[in-house]
Amino acid sequence: MLIYLDNAATTQVDPRVVSVMEKYFLHSFANPSAIHIAGEQIDKELSLAREKTAKILGATNKQLIFTGSASEANNFIIKGVMRANKEKGNHLIVSQIEHPCVLAPAKELTQEGFEISYVPVSKSGLINISELEKMIRPETVLVSIMTANNELGTISDIKKIAKITKKHGVYFHTDAVQAVPYIDIDMEANNIDFLTLSAHKFHGPKGVGLAVISPEIKIKSLISGGEQNNNLRAGTIDTAGIMGFAKALEIAYRDKEKIKEKVINLRNYFLNKVSTEIENVKLNGSLKNRLPSNLNLRFHGVEGEAVLMDLSHAGICVSTGSACSAKNLKSSYVLQALNINPDYLNSNIRFSFSKYNTKKELDIVIQVLKASVARLRAFSPIK
Amino acid sequence: MALNYTKKTLNHFLKPRNIGEIKNADAYAEIGNMVCGDQLNFSLKVEKGIIKDIKFMSFGCASNIATASIMTEKVKGMSLKEASNFDFNIITQELGGLPQQKIHCSVMAVQGLKKVIENYEKKSLKKIKK
Repeated sequence: MLIYLDNAATTQVDPRVVSVMEKYFLHSFANPSAIHIAGEQIDKELSLAREKTAKILGATNKQLIFTGSASEANNFIIKGVMRANKEKGNHLIVSQIEHPCVLAPAKELTQEGFEISYVPVSKSGLINISELEKMIRPETVLVSIMTANNELGTISDIKKIAKITKKHGVYFHTDAVQAVPYIDIDMEANNIDFLTLSAHKFHGPKGVGLAVISPEIKIKSLISGGEQNNNLRAGTIDTAGIMGFAKALEIAYRDKEKIKEKVINLRNYFLNKVSTEIENVKLNGSLKNRLPSNLNLRFHGVEGEAVLMDLSHAGICVSTGSACSAKNLKSSYVLQALNINPDYLNSNIRFSFSKYNTKKELDIVIQVLKASVARLRAFSPIK
Repeated sequence: MALNYTKKTLNHFLKPRNIGEIKNADAYAEIGNMVCGDQLNFSLKVEKGIIKDIKFMSFGCASNIATASIMTEKVKGMSLKEASNFDFNIITQELGGLPQQKIHCSVMAVQGLKKVIENYEKKSLKKIKK
């Protein structure tokens, strides 16, 4: 039996999402861009689903560009907005703790003459908003700040940031991939110009990302060769994927209070139990401004990958930002941005919960975790 | 990134051999790997130029623990000279392979071994001089 506490990486698909998608694989499989009877019927159904999705996000159907991943959506928005608005300027602002799929396209843009500023975060992982405002220049085009961080679960004050960008006449993008359903997203009311989501983070299918774009701001496409999405993203429309995305988002926000309550109870139960059962454990990042689904814990004196492997051996899935687990052998840049003592950078485990976890599972995890930390500490030279 | 540790590597990680510290050891050594922040501490007991006992402590990943474990198993009973020439490739072979990014763990284990032997030899030299 597996116990899955890696829900910030990806989630189990909700069976109700699967059954919606099944229809579009087996029966309604025609190309929705086709003008025959089958295509037109599917196009209608797609439109309804898109309308629903847009409404939840405070946007309109026309603004939705479905992509193959959040990585594609972030690349599209960052590169697309910067390249299309050169007359406005050449300056982009991102935070130090953005996901690599924001940081990498930003870095690529520097080769085209664009300039990037990186907003620092506090010791508890929160965006330094006054620093952000100071970074805005006359030639700043876009600010991209994630709604919630994937490693720490820390939440940014998006409303406040969007007010600032609006005041300065700068465009604003937020990668909200980790936020659903814990944070309400209302693009219209909160002056969010661009938004990124990914279905597989909220019990939808993998391979379906979403870029919500502004109806007024210019953006350049990444993928050309078809007229889909107003020429902004070529490629046959992924009907099943979009229907799955829409269903997953609908369930997430319909049940959000129930899900929030369940997950936060699980998270608090786990944190309390771990803190009482295991000595010398520290939480990385703010607890107050944090997703209900995330805990990033430091176990003094033990190496993160070793704990992960012990847990994995017992069928428990978690993740670590420790250098040992990374192909490039570098410890997490997110934890580094918190100015944590370098000695502590490799002792961290991320537990991320979902609506499918149970208290009973957590009791098992705590026992295995306690045994692992005790075993590894017994022969650790770091006391 | 999938690591796909071999069964033998996992076995040495879960049940490390020669773990701990020798009381009244003849030499000690600490080796740290700046690349990924791992650390190994070795203690050594020598009798008539032969490694009588060797133990290690670890702050490290599964492969750090497993590589040190299998190495200590191999060098116990070796002469100091033989052990000083221990080839890190033997560790990978014995474990049935290591992920590419973990090869440095075996290198570090061997560096630790060489350091503890050097420390032993320095100490012996001092004793002779006295």
